[in-house]
Amino acid sequence: MRLGTVAGKVWASAKDPQLNGLRLAVLQPVDEQGASLGSPLVAVDPLGTREGDLVAWVTGAEATFLGPGKQIPSDVTIVSLIDRLDQRASP
Amino acid sequence: MILGKVVAQVVSTVKHEAYQKRTVLVVRPVSPDGVTRKGAIVAVDTVGARENDMVLVASEGRAAMEILGYSHRIPIRSVIIGIVDRITRSNEEQTT
Repeated sequence: MRLGTVAGKVWASAKDPQLNGLRLAVLQPVDEQGASLGSPLVAVDPLGTREGDLVAWVTGAEATFLGPGKQIPSDVTIVSLIDRLDQRASP
Repeated sequence: MILGKVVAQVVSTVKHEAYQKRTVLVVRPVSPDGVTRKGAIVAVDTVGARENDMVLVASEGRAAMEILGYSHRIPIRSVIIGIVDRITRSNEEQTT
């Protein structure tokens, strides 16, 4: 899994019916300091995040497993809305 | 698996149920001599790793499912499966 910040929302009226009812978010991968890593992605957002939120997200096959017997056609899915990162003072 | 260093602990309230009651850590990839590489991995801890520990991270969903004791697939890919005590390497003359 990776860290990211939610940088926007995506609306798509015409999409695979299995994605109906799921929000889509623009996701900027970041490191633990908040520095951007690479290009933004579009993620399925089952948690209802807001712009600016720090989240954890997962890619690949694991992005399709929403629950027992519940699979979605996604390759990037937000799995955790992060309240904060606990770190010791940076060296 | 990759080598990494634990740099932070994730505190999260709203999350997928597979993440409930789990320790989730942020791991920075490192080279075998401990030099930090670019990137940040979020991984579920299974071994009691703490900040600054060098750890082994497995990033494969099927392995995560089995380690965490599920009989169905879950949206967890990266799992900390070991704390590294020591790495010995054969000499550099091998590679140069």
